[in-house]
Amino acid sequence: MKVKYFAWVRERVGKSEETIDPPANVRTVGDLIAWLARQGETYAHAFEKPLIIRAAIDHAHVQPDAAIAGAREIAFFPPMTGG
Amino acid sequence: MTAHMTIRIQEADFDIAREISALTKGRTDVGAVVSFSGVCRGSEDDQSVSALTLEHYPGMAEAEIARHAQTAMSRWPLTGVTVIHRVGRISPGENIVLVLTASRHRQAAFQAAEFLMDYLKANAPFWKREETAAGTAWVDARSHDDAAAARWTKS
Repeated sequence: MKVKYFAWVRERVGKSEETIDPPANVRTVGDLIAWLARQGETYAHAFEKPLIIRAAIDHAHVQPDAAIAGAREIAFFPPMTGG
Repeated sequence: MTAHMTIRIQEADFDIAREISALTKGRTDVGAVVSFSGVCRGSEDDQSVSALTLEHYPGMAEAEIARHAQTAMSRWPLTGVTVIHRVGRISPGENIVLVLTASRHRQAAFQAAEFLMDYLKANAPFWKREETAAGTAWVDARSHDDAAAARWTKS
């Protein structure tokens, strides 16, 4: 699946998007954040405070318990500051 | 007549008078137009801000704004909604965002404009980075923005 990062999550990870293939036991958005946090120092830094991270699946906001099965694009970003 | 909806995300500035004309042109059922513009402040907590840079999530930003505009149109009897949000580098005094709501009567237009801004601030995927003498830093989300959005779900 395709993953996108925005704002300081993007800066900390060091890339704006990538394709990932997490193991089958990674079922929810929260599981995916925990798995990403274990993929190296840059990821550990980006996801060090998982409760702050917001997520969207296919352009719609989701909660950490949302299932990732069937998702085309998952995005991770900080709380929004537009307007 | 059907309600008019315009949503744009762009680097360029917008002309408020021209956008208002587009919302009322050719129709006689509009009695009120409310205009809100968000403008880049030159200081934050006594610190001088030299510019803001706005990042967005292309695709989702448009979808989120459209979803909230549809909600506003189903909740209030609006004849039109325009939302324009700028991205890129913006200097103090420049426009950031425009929300226009049009209706037969002012109350719906006032309420819908406030609803839209509260929702956009808390839910639309845009992020501001501030340039100050101390360097550049991402702007922290304000908890009162979430509270402002949440009050529309009560009662």
